[in-house]
Order: sequence, then structure tokens, then C-alpha cells
Amino acid sequence: MNTRTYYRFAAILAGALALAGCQTVKPYDYTNFRAHPPRSILVLPPLNESTAVEGTYGYLTTVTRPVADRGYYVFPVAVVDQFMKENGLPTANEMQQAPLAKIAQITGADAVLFLDLKQYGAHYQILNSVVVVEVTAKLVDTRTGTLLWEGHGAAQQASSGTGNILGNLIAAAINQAINKHADRAHQVSRLANANLFFPEQTGLPYGPYNPKYDKAH
Amino acid sequence: MIRRIFVLGATLALALALAGCAAQPSRYQWGSYEEVVYASYLSHEDVPAEKQVEILEKDYQTARSANLRMPPGWHAHLGYLYYQVGKGDQARQELMTEKAEFPESAVFVDRLLANVKKQ
Repeated sequence: MNTRTYYRFAAILAGALALAGCQTVKPYDYTNFRAHPPRSILVLPPLNESTAVEGTYGYLTTVTRPVADRGYYVFPVAVVDQFMKENGLPTANEMQQAPLAKIAQITGADAVLFLDLKQYGAHYQILNSVVVVEVTAKLVDTRTGTLLWEGHGAAQQASSGTGNILGNLIAAAINQAINKHADRAHQVSRLANANLFFPEQTGLPYGPYNPKYDKAH
Repeated sequence: MIRRIFVLGATLALALALAGCAAQPSRYQWGSYEEVVYASYLSHEDVPAEKQVEILEKDYQTARSANLRMPPGWHAHLGYLYYQVGKGDQARQELMTEKAEFPESAVFVDRLLANVKKQ
């Protein structure tokens, strides 16, 4: 392609990507975050406002990676869940109502990520269905109760029949167990999380384990 | 010259737009960690703790050969699985590794270690 065509192509693509949601209008105010920058984040199971019971864990098990890759220590979600259940908090609702001081005392977490699953699963339309995941998040400092950051993420994917939803990278037994349940919203959760955590102006700031972490914080 | 600046500017804009959307590169060997946890919630009989341990141990071998770290929480999770299948010594070892790799985990891991001791 000649240079002019290339220039046009690049400009159009850049514009399209910007419009697609990679750039946002109003930056988040990170004043509170910078006053109490956390190193470790405890992710509690989400409140589930969707109609899908499987959403609680189908979504929870997609949150560790984006938050850890962002640069934080993330407590093992299933171990935390089990520990809470064994200590008198059998549901996500009850876990999210536990006093912050108690959570800090038991886990040593700097901050707790409270998640609220608004939508999870298929919306059936006339000719096809769309899988939708929508979530809101609040990160709260365990020592002061300060809201450090909050965000919203959503994603949807047109349904495309059957098939291997996870790809070939996952062990066969796991693939089989997950595909049996055909929970496509689990994978769509990863897209919603990218929109929730990664935008530069509104997302979760880099943490200490990320090389891009700003030491001046 | 002017055209060259245009091309450079357009390329830069494109690169920035792409960088804003791209998946984050990972410093960790994720392997099947999150999917193993998910599968264990979906159906415990299909993926019993022994099977989960086997898959995670294999991921660990892959990570070692590629000289990659396991993600936060991974060693604690494997330790918890060892505890479930009655392998107390290995459970303790994994929990100690978690604490050594990620000191942020110390308070919680010490609690888990106390439980393992009771077993």
C-alpha cells in the first residue's frame, strides 16, 4: 500500500478504536487511591443480580488474572471463599457484609474488591442470542474504609452455536467439564473485565508488581 | 517531509490506540489455574481434588522449564488442594512457598498453616 493509503487506513483505524471505548471522556479521580495505594487485594465472590446462578463462580474465576497482571497480590479466590464459608459466612452477600476490620485482621489484605454482577448469560432474540456480562466494582481500603476506586465493565458476544469455548490451551479434563456446562458468559467475563480494569483513564491503576507501577505514588 | 510526518503521526496514533486495547502481557505462568478453579465449582465429581493437583503440578513443570513465576495465590491454592487430599507435608511446603514469593500473603497463610497443623 502507498503511504497515503496507509495514512488514511491508520487514521481511520485509530479513530475507530478510540470510539470503540479504548479512550474515555472523563478520567477517574484517583486522589483517594493515591493516598492509600494497596499492594494486596482480596477479591470476594460477587453479589449476583443476574438470573444465572452459575454467574457467581463463573465470573469470580475470571478476576484474579486481570487484577494480578495489573500488579497486585491477589488472594486465592477459592481458598478465601472456602475459608469464609467455614467461618460462618455461607453466601457472597454475607461475605460482602463482613466488617472490613475483621477481613483485614484475618487476611492482612490492604483492600477488598467488592463486585456486583448485574448481568450474566444469554439474552435470546428472534434469530439468535447474545451473551452479556455486566459488572460494577468497588475497591475499598480495609484500614480506613475509603473508596479507592470504582468502575463499570460490560461486554457482549453474539452466540455462535456450539464449539470449544476455551480453545486448546486448557487441560482436556477441565475443557470437558466446562464445555459440558456451555457457560459462554464465563469467557465473555474476560472481555468485560478488560473494559473494567484496563482503560488508562478509568481503570485500576498499576500496582507494585507491574513494571509500569509509578514509584511516586 | 510533510507526508513523512503525517505517516509518523498516524502510525503513532494507531500504536497508542492499539496499546490501550491490547491484552496485558503477563509476568506469570497462568496455565489452567483459573479454569481449574472454575471447573471445581462446576462439577466436583468430574474434577476431583486429585485431578486438580495433577493439572496444577503439570503447569508448574511447564513454568519451571520456561523460568516463569506462578501467579499470586497459586501456591496457596495448590497447598489447599494438598490439604484436602491429606498430604499435609506438601500442603505446608506450598503455603511456605506462597509466603516466600508474596510476603503480602503472610497473615492469611499463617492462618491456613495453623489449620494444616491441626490435621
